Amino acid sequence: MSPRYLKDVVTLQLDEERCSGCGMCTQVCVHGVFAVSKSIAHLVDRDACMECGACARNCPVEAVSVRSGVGCAYAVWKSWFRRKKEGGEVGSACS
Amino acid sequence: MARVATDITLPDRLGGWGVRWGINRMHYTVAAGLYAVGQPGSQSPVLVSANYKLTFDQLRRELAGRDVWLLLLETFGINVWCAAGKGTFGTLELINRINRTGLPTLVAHRTLIVPQLGAPGIAAHEVKKATGFKVHYGPIRAEDLPEFLDRGMEVTPAMRRARFNLRDRLVLIPVEVVQAWKPTLIICLLIVVVCAFAVRDFRFFSLLPVGLPPTVLYLVALLAGSVVTPILLPWIPGRAFSLKGAQVGLLSAILAALVMGSTWKVADLVALLFVVPAITAYFALNFTGCTTFTSLSGVEKEMRIALPVIILAFVVGVVVWTVGLLT
Repeated sequence: MSPRYLKDVVTLQLDEERCSGCGMCTQVCVHGVFAVSKSIAHLVDRDACMECGACARNCPVEAVSVRSGVGCAYAVWKSWFRRKKEGGEVGSACS
Repeated sequence: MARVATDITLPDRLGGWGVRWGINRMHYTVAAGLYAVGQPGSQSPVLVSANYKLTFDQLRRELAGRDVWLLLLETFGINVWCAAGKGTFGTLELINRINRTGLPTLVAHRTLIVPQLGAPGIAAHEVKKATGFKVHYGPIRAEDLPEFLDRGMEVTPAMRRARFNLRDRLVLIPVEVVQAWKPTLIICLLIVVVCAFAVRDFRFFSLLPVGLPPTVLYLVALLAGSVVTPILLPWIPGRAFSLKGAQVGLLSAILAALVMGSTWKVADLVALLFVVPAITAYFALNFTGCTTFTSLSGVEKEMRIALPVIILAFVVGVVVWTVGLLT
């Protein structure tokens, strides 16, 4: 099994009512969070999510939502000391 | 149009080694645009990537003997995944780059192979709408490209999964150590000031016997947090990085005390057990940004809990050590 981070913290949400079953989320997710069965996507491993936002960006019907960002302590630290803009997005520290 | 060589030369290797150690790391770029590998024609596949030279070198090495187009986006020398998170490897840049390079007139097909790690920045359906090109998410790693191309652009489940094995972790460690120079400088200054205050003497040879042990211990803590913890990451119990680091720090402190602490005062030993795990936990926490599996929400939660504990342990340890020096 791939390494795991904290349980029950991620902001990932899937609205199964909206889902069209295209399977794009299963293609872009690097942690196998989604699986499509009976023409609908399901969250099969929500805690593996790293909130990269690939699924939400590539969902053509906007059925997926997540507060995306980088799981990087240095980036979080910098965002705490910067005046948070609207939405308070956390960027990367590597530049 | 620039044609790309697929062999990696000594300067490429040296440059790649340099960026792993933080040398020229933020300026290691190639020009964005369209490149030809081999003799591509109107039916040849189009691979999209970033203009980070380390990425470019890994990519072209895997494409030896093939005829493909390479479309490099302007990510300002940042790798695909990080640039996608930031949005520079993004939908708009891809659409603009397709149009500016004249790609639609060079190829007859309408498929782009975009690395899967680029997906956080690219909305495939929007690219299709704006350019007619269908985004096909290819494998995560360049090393899987030959197999992917040979299979007729089929991605196996293994190619879709992020990996973080020992080798993946090892290549990231040098930059972590090099980038620790700021806290290192602060700690060394702190040691000098406290020691000078304690012995009331600023000369080097008066400070050396008092200042050397804490300096060595700091270096032990730094290495425990930014080298040992990342190497042993999957095998250290717990999920929080700071907790993993604190365990390694505590073990290192106990080992250090057994090796060099026979003549130390109780205050020194107490300080050691507080300060070393605190520093190790801090550097371990810093490694979250290097991994492939930590989330923003998770790191925020961990920091809210761990940072106050780390700071408290550090301050308690330093105060105990200072009091011990003065009495």
